[in-house]
Amino acid sequence: MSNTTPQQDFFRGIWRENPVLIQMLGLCPALAVTNSVANAVVMGIATFFVLTGSSLLVSLVKKLVPGEVRISTYILIIATFVTVADMTLEAFVPDIHKALGAFVALIVVNCIILARQEAFASKNPVGRSLLDAVGTGIGFMIAMLMMGTVREVLGNGTILDGTRFGMKVIPGNYEPWVIFVLPPGGFLTLGFWLLIISWFQKRRTERARIREWPEGVAAQKEAA
Amino acid sequence: MTAPVPLQPKPDVPAWRLLLTLGLAGALAGFLLVFVYQITLPIIERNKAERLAAAIEEVLKAPDHYDTLYVSNGALTRQLPPGANPAKLDAVYLGYHADGTRIGYAIASQEPGFQDQVRLIFGYDDATSTLLGMKVLESKETPGLGDKIEKSEAFISQFDGVEAPLKGVKAREGTGDPHEVDMITGATISSRTVIRIINDALERMGPMLKAYETAPATAAGEAGQ
Repeated sequence: MSNTTPQQDFFRGIWRENPVLIQMLGLCPALAVTNSVANAVVMGIATFFVLTGSSLLVSLVKKLVPGEVRISTYILIIATFVTVADMTLEAFVPDIHKALGAFVALIVVNCIILARQEAFASKNPVGRSLLDAVGTGIGFMIAMLMMGTVREVLGNGTILDGTRFGMKVIPGNYEPWVIFVLPPGGFLTLGFWLLIISWFQKRRTERARIREWPEGVAAQKEAA
Repeated sequence: MTAPVPLQPKPDVPAWRLLLTLGLAGALAGFLLVFVYQITLPIIERNKAERLAAAIEEVLKAPDHYDTLYVSNGALTRQLPPGANPAKLDAVYLGYHADGTRIGYAIASQEPGFQDQVRLIFGYDDATSTLLGMKVLESKETPGLGDKIEKSEAFISQFDGVEAPLKGVKAREGTGDPHEVDMITGATISSRTVIRIINDALERMGPMLKAYETAPATAAGEAGQ
C-alpha cells in the first residue's frame, strides 16, 4: 500500500517523477518518433490509452492472479491493449500509423507501462492506480511534446505539419536544420532538455537547503 | 551441518490455477482482438482502396474510368483467373477517356531504396512510350533528403512527359534528351531508385502491355462477358 495522497499519485508522474525526463524510461519512442509534433502526439495518446487501460485492468484482477504468472498476465493485458490501439490507428489515422511504423507494436515492451503495473497497479486500489496511470501518461505526453516541438520547429520550420492545423512558424528563407528530424537530432534534443531540467533541480535543492539551514550553508560556503 | 534445502515451488498455488489464469486471460484477449479486428478491417481495406484509386486518378490525369488487369501466366487479363486471390496478383490499371480512347496504364511496382522498400505507381502511355506521372505510395527515405522523391514538385513533375527508358542525370547537367530526369541533389540513391523501379517495371511489363495492345478484340470480348 502506498502512503501517498491521491493528489500525489496523480501529479507525481507528470513532473517530479516524469517517466522520460526524470526516470529515463521509455527513451526508445521518445527518441525515435518525435521527429514531428503529430507523430509525438499520436504516440503519446496511444501510450496513454494502453497505460490507463492496463493499469485499470491489472488493478481490478490483482487478487485473482497468482504471483507466479503475474508478469505473463500483465504482458498479455498490455499486448491486447496495444494491438487494439494499433488496429484503431491503422483504421483512422493511416498516415501517422505508417510514420510510427513498428513503434506502436513496441509499446508492449515500453518499460514505463510494465513498471507502473509492477510497482503500483498490482499493489494499490483501482482508483489510485487509475490516477497514477493518468498522471504518468500525461507526463509521457508532455515529454513527447517537448521533444517533438523542438525537433519539428528546428528541423522543418513548421508545427503540426501534415495535419489540418499545420503552419509554418519560421518564415522566410529559413533552411531547416535537417539533422533535428534525423536520429542524431533526437539525442541532441533530449540531451538539452535533460541539461535544463537537472539545472533547475539542482537550483531547487540548493534553495531548499538554504531555506532550512541558512547559517549552516553560509558557513559551509565560507569554509570552502 | 545442515544439508542445503532444495528449492521447492510454493505449494499454495496449484498448477491448474496458473494454467487457468493464463488460459482465461488469453481467451478473453483473443475475443477482444477478434472483435476489434472485425470492426477495423473494413475501414483499413477501404482506406487502402481509396489511396490506390486516388493515386491512379493522379498518375493517369483523371481518367473517365479504368480497368483492372491482372498479370497471370505472363499475360494481362481482365478476368481474374479462377481461384486466384486478387490481392496476391500484380495488377495494372488501364485508363480511358470519356470517349473510350485509351489514356495509358497505371503500373505499381516496388524495389529497395536507401532505407526500405520504395513503392510507387506511374502512368505510362504505351503508344508513345511516354510517362504520364509518378506518385510514391510508400517509402521510408531519409526525412529532408530522400523523402524529396515524394515531396519535391520539381522532381515529380519531370515524370510527366519523359520518354522511357529513363536516364538519371545530375541537376543542371541535362542535355535536353527527352529520356532525362534530373536527380535530386543530396538524394541521388533515392532518385536512382525511382528511375530504376520504373525502368525495371517497364522492362518486365512492356511485352505484356504490347501483347494486350495488339489484341483488343480479346479484350473487348472479355468486356462483353
